Amino acid sequence: MIELIEVRKAFNQGKHNEFWALDGINLNIEAHRVTALCGPSGSGKTTLLTLIGCLARPTSGRARFKGEDISGLPERFLTQLRRRSFGFVFQQFNLIRGLSAEENVMLPAAPSGLPQQVVRARAAMLLDRLRLAHRRTARVEWLSGGEQQRVAIARALINDPEVLIADEPTANLDTTLAREFLAILESFAGEGRTVILSSHDPLVIQSAAVHRVINMRDGRIVDDN
Amino acid sequence: MNIWIEQQRALIDFTLASLARRKARNLGLLAVYTLLVFVLASVALFSHALRHEATRVLADAPEIVLQRMVAGRHDLIPPGYLEKIGRIRGVQKMEGRLWGYYYDPVIKANYTFMAPSAGGIERGTIVIGAALERVRGLAQETGISFRAYSGKLYSFVVADILPHDSELVSADLVLMHEDDFRAFFAFPAGHYTDIALAVANPQEVRNIAAKLADALPDSRPILREEMLRTYASIFSWREGIVLAILSGAILAFVILAWDKAAGLSAEEKREIGILKAIGWETGDVIRMKIWEGVLISLTAFLVGYVAAYLHVFRAGGVLFEPVLKGWAVLYPRFQLAPEIDGLAVATLFFFTVVPYTAAVLVPIWRAATTDPDAVMRS
Repeated sequence: MIELIEVRKAFNQGKHNEFWALDGINLNIEAHRVTALCGPSGSGKTTLLTLIGCLARPTSGRARFKGEDISGLPERFLTQLRRRSFGFVFQQFNLIRGLSAEENVMLPAAPSGLPQQVVRARAAMLLDRLRLAHRRTARVEWLSGGEQQRVAIARALINDPEVLIADEPTANLDTTLAREFLAILESFAGEGRTVILSSHDPLVIQSAAVHRVINMRDGRIVDDN
Repeated sequence: MNIWIEQQRALIDFTLASLARRKARNLGLLAVYTLLVFVLASVALFSHALRHEATRVLADAPEIVLQRMVAGRHDLIPPGYLEKIGRIRGVQKMEGRLWGYYYDPVIKANYTFMAPSAGGIERGTIVIGAALERVRGLAQETGISFRAYSGKLYSFVVADILPHDSELVSADLVLMHEDDFRAFFAFPAGHYTDIALAVANPQEVRNIAAKLADALPDSRPILREEMLRTYASIFSWREGIVLAILSGAILAFVILAWDKAAGLSAEEKREIGILKAIGWETGDVIRMKIWEGVLISLTAFLVGYVAAYLHVFRAGGVLFEPVLKGWAVLYPRFQLAPEIDGLAVATLFFFTVVPYTAAVLVPIWRAATTDPDAVMRS
């Protein structure tokens, strides 16, 4: 589904502080499975996720999504593809403070042009599924960490994406909430979505919910099983 | 089309929810903004309506008024002038007018005394303007005495009150019989204050004025268009004074609005990053910000303008009345006819809505073009 060929990514290229975050990544990620990128801080997990999720373009190499080369797409098309096909759950959740849980969930659908009542109904369904129906109108800063993460998951799913990307999803959760999150991930894979996450949490890496673990270090893949 | 409308609806919904998060800041800004539009629109509407009113009232004024000058001062028209004018071709009608000023020490105000050439006023009676009616507490059939400049006391009975709709120019008017007028001011027989002329062909007014100046070199012809221009410039001048006084407040608001609109907090920058990461395009972010600018400035413009309209045409412009109408003791009281100048509305709209919306956009452009992956790395 997602194919990366000789992908490299540099920051501050040409400057004295030039840094290669990814260095020759070759990777094929299958659909409908949960894939975990694992490795220490600075190993390139998050950078790889941004390239897979169309948040950034590789400095060199090719990235393909369902066979189509996306590494050279202009920003506008890349954004449309990102909105349609990818959902993101960030490490810090990145919810917009002051807005309600429902308003946050509906945000990615705003540029889609879908009727508001359709989006609202879908948001209500997702919040209900994630056991947050009773917190629908609560401002996100009033929610607990676990609730905030579930709002972030609902937001990631509002455009019904094929791929869910989660960056260090359990970093801010206790063990119970982390297990709960993994159960949710498993259900997504079960319904045909592709899940790609980064983590160095053993609970995630050793979980039965994760089908494939890719180990990274210094911007390279060191182990894939 | 439906998709576009739904997109804009969603953007407006988010903008409103976003504005509601900083209620105190945005309501404060909206209140100051609305007040500014209200003040500017009130001044513009009031002045325009006054100019319009003056034009309407002066529509029936004579095309030319002839005054005699002595040593650069206005003097009485002596006998024989009417005959001389009668020989100028194009003059359709002429009449000697009798009017003068009287200072009333009781209320410390000047009245204009006048003897209408058409007559219709009995000896010993007067017809008065509405301001006089109010200030001196007069009514029909009540009596009033004026002490002439000779020291002699003259008593009159009020026969009628002039209509209120002409109060802008008749507030202080006292109409009386010609004989009473001449006796009161010791005005010599055959003399007049000035001469009013009607011209058959309006295109010829300037030619006839030139002929009058030739035939009567000690006289000054005053054209109706000049009177209208004078009224217009008086009201424009007063409008200018009010705006000059307000300019400090306007400048303060511009600085406040620019600061509020152009300053982008770290929180707002972070939010723009999130929106881009979850699938908003740069254009969506900019459109959302345009809506924010438009919603604030358009609301302020509409509310301020409607409030100004009600203030001027329903409440009589109470806040600016003393400055814009004049400084006379006898203030005219009249209902201004609702009159809106499209160009003035467009100008006010342009100078209130457009700069604010532009000020909102300037910092957004840079923030909205940041890479969406910045959110992942923060």
